[in-house]
Order: sequence, then C-alpha cells, then structure tokens
Amino acid sequence: MLPEKWFPDWFDDWNEKNPKNLFGPAIWVGVAGSAAFVAVMAVTWGNPFAHQNLQTGPRGTGMSVTKYEEAITTPDPSIADYFGEAPYEVAEGEPLARDVYENVQVLGGLTEGNFTRLMNSITLWVAPDQGCAYCHAGADEGNYADDDLYTKVVARSMIQMTQVINDDWYAHVNANAEVGVNCYTCHRGQNVPSDIWFRIAPVNEGVAGWSANQNRATSQSQFTSLPSDALEKYLLEYESIKVHNLTAHASENPSDPGVATWQNTERTYSLMNYFSNSLGRNCVFCHNSRAFYDPAQVTPQWATATLGIAMVQELNNDWLVPLKDLYPEHRLGPVYADAPKAACRTCHKGYQKPLQGTNMIADYPELAVISE
Amino acid sequence: MPDYQNIFTQVQVRGPVEMGMATDFDTASERAGKGGFSTLAGWIGNAQLGPIYLGWFGLISLVTGTLWLNIIGFNMLAQVGWSIPEFIRQLFWLALEPPSPEYGLQMPPLNDGGWYIIASFFLLISVMCWWARSYHLAMQHKMGKHVAWAFASAIWLFLVLGLFRPILMGSWSEAVPYGIFPHLDWTTAFSIRYGNLYYNPFHALSIVFLYGSVLLFAMHGATILAVTRYGGDRELEQIYDRGTASERAALFWRWTMGFNATMEGIHRWAWWFAVLTPITGGIGILLTGTVVDNWFIWAQEHHFAPMYDGSYGYADYGSYEAFIGQEGN
Repeated sequence: MLPEKWFPDWFDDWNEKNPKNLFGPAIWVGVAGSAAFVAVMAVTWGNPFAHQNLQTGPRGTGMSVTKYEEAITTPDPSIADYFGEAPYEVAEGEPLARDVYENVQVLGGLTEGNFTRLMNSITLWVAPDQGCAYCHAGADEGNYADDDLYTKVVARSMIQMTQVINDDWYAHVNANAEVGVNCYTCHRGQNVPSDIWFRIAPVNEGVAGWSANQNRATSQSQFTSLPSDALEKYLLEYESIKVHNLTAHASENPSDPGVATWQNTERTYSLMNYFSNSLGRNCVFCHNSRAFYDPAQVTPQWATATLGIAMVQELNNDWLVPLKDLYPEHRLGPVYADAPKAACRTCHKGYQKPLQGTNMIADYPELAVISE
Repeated sequence: MPDYQNIFTQVQVRGPVEMGMATDFDTASERAGKGGFSTLAGWIGNAQLGPIYLGWFGLISLVTGTLWLNIIGFNMLAQVGWSIPEFIRQLFWLALEPPSPEYGLQMPPLNDGGWYIIASFFLLISVMCWWARSYHLAMQHKMGKHVAWAFASAIWLFLVLGLFRPILMGSWSEAVPYGIFPHLDWTTAFSIRYGNLYYNPFHALSIVFLYGSVLLFAMHGATILAVTRYGGDRELEQIYDRGTASERAALFWRWTMGFNATMEGIHRWAWWFAVLTPITGGIGILLTGTVVDNWFIWAQEHHFAPMYDGSYGYADYGSYEAFIGQEGN
C-alpha cells in the first residue's frame, strides 16, 4: 500500500502558502547546469572528438585530410605482431642453399643460414599455426624438396612476386621512404591474406547491362549502390578509369563505343571509393575535388597511387590469375571459381602506408631484388 | 481567446462538414467521400478531411502513377530473385535503371531498360494528368492558374531530365534511375562526368533561387506569425485594407534593411523564387553534355574558375610522419 501522505503537514502547509513557479528557474538551472557539466568534462577528460588536419593543397581549395587523434596515436596492431630477423653475416666460402638443399629454384643464392632464416620468417608470417608442414608435406620426415603441396608452388610464385613488387615497382612501394613489402604486408599471420577479391558481377537477377552490375550492397561496392564490378574492370581488364572530356565542348554520343557515360563515371567513383577506404584517406589526399581529372591540380601522392593501379593490374594478370589451376576448390571465388586477386586494401588495410610505413625489406634484402 | 490557429492549433472547430460550393461544372456528383474530422490533422492544418474530387484527370493520374510505382517495385523484386526479405533489406540500394547506352533512342530489351521506358511513359501520363487537374480545378473555382504554372516549372525540370535531354543526347540511357540511392549516384556521377556542375552558372542560379526560397519562406512565415496578434494572419484583408499588422510588418523590415515587400508583393517574390529554381536548374541540366561537356574548363575559358597559389601535397604544409604518429619512416 502506498502512503496517503508523502510529506509532513508542516511542509504541505508551507508549500500551499508559498506557491512558486518552478518551471522558469528549472529551465535556467538545467541549461546552466548542463553547460557547466559539459565544460568540466571537456576540461578534465579532454575533447572526445579531438582531431588533426593535414593540409594537402593551396589555401582556398579546402584540401585537408582530417583524422581523429585516437586514430593517429593508435598504431596499427599488426606492427607489434610483426616478426623480423636481420640477415646473418656471410662468411667466405659458406655453402649456398642450392648446394645444401634440393629443388631450391628462387632463393638458391642465399647462404644456408640466411635461407633458413627467411623460411622461418615466412612460416611465422603466413602459417604460424601449421608450421613448415603447411608447404612442405614431408617436413616431419625431413623432406623439404617435394612440390606435392599447392601451397609450396604458390609460395614460390609469391616470393617471386614479392621481389617483382620491390624491384620493378620500387617507386610505388618506396615512394618517399624505404618501406617495401614482404609476405607479412598482405598475410599478417594468415594463410590467405584478408581483403582479397573475386569477381561477383552481375549482382542482380533477371536484368542485363548496367542494370545488372550495380545497386546492391556488396563488399566490392563498399556497401554503396555503385557498380560492383569496378575492381575487375579496372584492375584486371585494364579498362580506362578516365571519364572526362578535356575540352569544354565535345562532339560525341553516349551510344558510341568508347564514350564514357555517367554509368562509367559511377564505376570510376566506385573504384575511387574503394581506394579511399583502403587507404583511410579522402579524395583530397590526391585530388583537388573541383577538377578531379586535372593533372595540374593533384598532389604528388596521385602519382604514387597511379603507379599503384598499374602495379595491381600487373600483379593480378601476371601473378595471381595464372595460379588458378593450382588452387583447391575452396580457395577459389564463390561465383566464378576464379583465382583470388589483390587490390589496394590487400596490402594497405586501411592505412596510407601498409603497417604505417614499417620497413619490411630492411631485414630481407633477398626479397628486395629479383633473384637471377 | 483562441490563439493562432495553424501548427499546433489549440482550438479546433467542429460543426457540419463543409461541402464546398457548387461550380458551373458537375463537380458535386464527382466528389468522393462524405468528409470527416481528424484531431491530428487539425493540429497542423484543417481538421476536415475530404470529400475529395478526383475527376477523370485524377483517376488516370492515380492509375498510371500506381502502374509506374508497381513496375519499379516488381522489377526490384525480380532483381533480388523474388525474395521479400532481400527486397526490404536492399530497398534503398535497388533501382529500375534506364537502358544501357548502346540502345540509343531505340526500344531496348525489357531486362535492360525496356521496363524503364514503359514505367516512364506511365509516369509522364500521370504527371501530366495531375498538372491538367491542377489547372482544371483552378478553372472550376474561377481561380488564377498560379499553382498550375508553378507545378509546370517543376515539370519542366522533370521533362528535361527524362525526355528533352536524353533526346538531345541521342540516348535514353541518360535518364535518371528510379531508386533511392541510385538516383543520388546519378546526380554525383552526372556532376563529375561533366567536369563539376558547380561551375555551371545555371546550376548556381538554381541554388540561389532554392536557398532564396527557403529564406523568403522563413522571413514571410515569421513576419505573419509575429503580427498575427494584430490580425496579420488575415493576409488577404490586409492586402486591400492595410491595417496595423501590415504597417508594423512593413516598418519592421524597412527599419531592419531599408526595404520592405508589401502584403501582396511578398507572395509574388516567393512564387517567382520557387518557380525559377527548377526553370534555371532545368536550363543548366539541358546544356550539360549537349552544349558544354566540361564545366570546369568552360569556367576557366570564361575566367571565373580562379587558380590558387600554393603547393599540392602534404609535404609542403606539415610533417606527414607527425600526422600518422610513426617516427622515422
């Protein structure tokens, strides 16, 4: 039972004789109190939305990359997990891997010690749980020479690809400091790197043409309604990313082959959106957004990124797609059973430089140049 | 004393349903419903709902409009394999797209824009009938045709987007997709493809009139509400018999900014600003891709795209290393 009277008589009497309008003062007390609370919290705990801006273009263009302080000061967790071992000094007349082991096709020129060092590193980078036997079926019996497992054949190709990236694409991976790549750049301790991609278009049923490849939330459209075939068209099939006329007036028809339409522009936008998310940067890190196409109004990073596009095209066509027949079925794409492919995010994983610029070739000079 | 009687009116009048006047036309027999009252409606407007007069124009408009909407809906449903959950999940992403560019102005296959053409045809009939209805009803009420002509200005933009410009471009593929996100994708892609629509002076004019409409709307609404206590909400009376409400509203603006509109003139200001928004916008769209293919270069040629002094790239403005929080790399 609830009490009939909540307060003593003297209070009710006093209350009746002293009517007060509480609402007016209550609003003022509430507003002033809330403001004081927010001010005290902001001073003692700091601004919860603190951020830094990095200007990337002339004043007046609004070119600026904005990041939360927390994102800037929190390092990529993969950096702490990275294992690197410096090369061993090479003594005069030390035996080489090709003399000691059988079937060493790429790294035979390393000394035995350095060869083993690299093999150990690769194990920690790619198959830390499975160990040597992930690639060498007879590892427990001391047989490392056989090529029985597809993983070993793929790994050999990937070592060569790593050398090609560091050597032929030096200007991309060491754009303004020595960074380079090794297996860990993509793999991060996993057998299969994250952020690989497969062909998925068409994504809509019962339609053809431009109705079929877009308007679905997919990982490749970055969950937008933009086309889901940007990666395959541009990074595999070498289609032109450019959509602009470089004159104010052009005589052309959207039906003519080769004329870029607004549909092509959406596809380019889809790629650029993927690009931006992969690097954790915005459009104006490379472009002046008032004239996206204008090579006179881009940052130096635009050149690095353009080189990256060419690199990914080569990696997919020359290295990754040819491995298709080696893979078991469960490693192939869900729709077309195509080989896994790479793009910006496979290495960058949301950072402008993979592993925030950790030097991945400092300890591994054998991966930095193409073996003879 | 009743306070002001729109938006959250505190007094609602209840009486016999107001059935409206008889006109020279036989509208009475075509009025559907007996009419009733809604308290909810009364909070934001007139509490009486109905009767409604549709007429042939209204009926045709509703039927063709429903067909248009259903063609879109069933096309979307087909695209997700007739899965209702997937249809709901992807609803904002899905679209009925115009044909692919290779079909030009021919009738494309149904699964590559054919349904889009059919749906658009119904939408055209629907919108035109609704316009005819707005004209026809004004005529029956012996009103001016201001609403119809204002609606026509919006229809001008609609026709530019879906009919005039595609024909001038030689391809139905240029039309705008029917979809929530996809039509926004079209808008962005259209601007980027033609070198940044913000350098299109007609686009700029359209924005001026759009934001201007908003400003005028707020100024006028605020002014009338502010002088309601002197009878200012009786705007029509105040037009021909200016009272203290008009005087105060006029003085307020004249002493604030040196100029004031009149009780009648403010409505002409608002009407023209609203109507000029789609008229200028439509001109801007019509010129894009037909006359001008790159608005930024066009703006450079006409000396109103300034060049900015300064470098490009972070290196000239700050240390990138400090920015990403990693030292020495």
